[in-house]
Amino acid sequence: MIKARALEKRYGDKRILRGVALDVAADDFLLVTGPNGSGKTTLLRLCAGLAAPTRGELEVEVERGRVGYLAHEPLVYRELTALENLDLYGRLYRVPERRERVGMLLERFGLWDARHARAGSFSRGMLQRLALCRTFLHEPSLLLLDEPYSGLDEEGAQLLDRELGERAPHSAFVVATHEPERLERFASAQLALV
Amino acid sequence: MTYLADVGALARKDLLLELRARDTLPAMLLFVVSTLVVFHFVLPADSSDLAATGLLWVALLFTALLGLSRSFAAEREQGVIDGLVLAPSDRSAIWLGKTLSILAFLGLAELIALPAYALFFKPVDAALVGGVALADVGIAAVGTLLAAMATASRARELLLPLLFLPLAIPIVIGGVGASVAGQPGRYLGLLALYDALFAIICWASFEYVVTE
Repeated sequence: MIKARALEKRYGDKRILRGVALDVAADDFLLVTGPNGSGKTTLLRLCAGLAAPTRGELEVEVERGRVGYLAHEPLVYRELTALENLDLYGRLYRVPERRERVGMLLERFGLWDARHARAGSFSRGMLQRLALCRTFLHEPSLLLLDEPYSGLDEEGAQLLDRELGERAPHSAFVVATHEPERLERFASAQLALV
Repeated sequence: MTYLADVGALARKDLLLELRARDTLPAMLLFVVSTLVVFHFVLPADSSDLAATGLLWVALLFTALLGLSRSFAAEREQGVIDGLVLAPSDRSAIWLGKTLSILAFLGLAELIALPAYALFFKPVDAALVGGVALADVGIAAVGTLLAAMATASRARELLLPLLFLPLAIPIVIGGVGASVAGQPGRYLGLLALYDALFAIICWASFEYVVTE
């Protein structure tokens, strides 16, 4: 699903990634670890097609609409409600039975009661839950998750554990994290960036 | 049909955001009216109508620039542009939706600006209104593309005017010409040609602006 060889990314003079090689199959779960500034986020952006490599080869054999990308930022409009945000994404991502799917995800991530509240009024944890709803909304076959537990309380983390457990056997995952121990039970491979 | 539905959803979203946040249109209205008031006092009492028409176009152009500078603010501040770019819908739909919302903001600003101009300077005729309407299309089309380009830069506040103003010169020539010429048809034709040409270029090139 993803094949990278001698991948390098520079921003000006600054080299963010160097010599990265990876293979991710359709049911693989790759953990990406490394200190701050090691290029974890950049690697995910490259895999998502949001940035282009400076050198090396990168093949991502997944259609754009089949990628689920969880970034540091929730990628939602703060002036729209949770429901409006997911409805907009559902429309753009061609989600079948959109309203039912949006409702189901809001329920699953404990945001149903806050569905008519603007995202700007959400706490950090609620925003992360909303971002997870957005990421899983279109049933992606490749999931690129950047620090998925960031901001989540224990209940939210358990909800995410359950979601990952259900999806891991039949989706490809690349997950950047500082908490590899929490995800080790799902992982099929690990990449340590330096 | 799906493409148009995407465009409609994106444009509606922008209008809804503005309705709730009110951070672009009120600024545009305040700016254009206060600029016309200043020009009213700056121009000598015996100055020609031609000068007033020129100043109207200056006011409209800079009002548009003010709106354009805010046009991708929500996408930039919350990184939403990444989510939109990753969607399987045609990326030009993002441009067209944004262009339509900018067009609506310009139209609303001019609903106030043109009566104010008539009050302070001289009556508004059909050629002027036609020129403004055609100019709006070009401003929104080109301005949206350039605003998306500038958004990716750290010097976005500087970059947008530097990119936009040179490309707006044909709009100013056509608009002022249509407003003051005895036979405005030629200038309105120039504006229509500019609109068609640049709308196609911007529509086709937007994808390359929002991806690396």
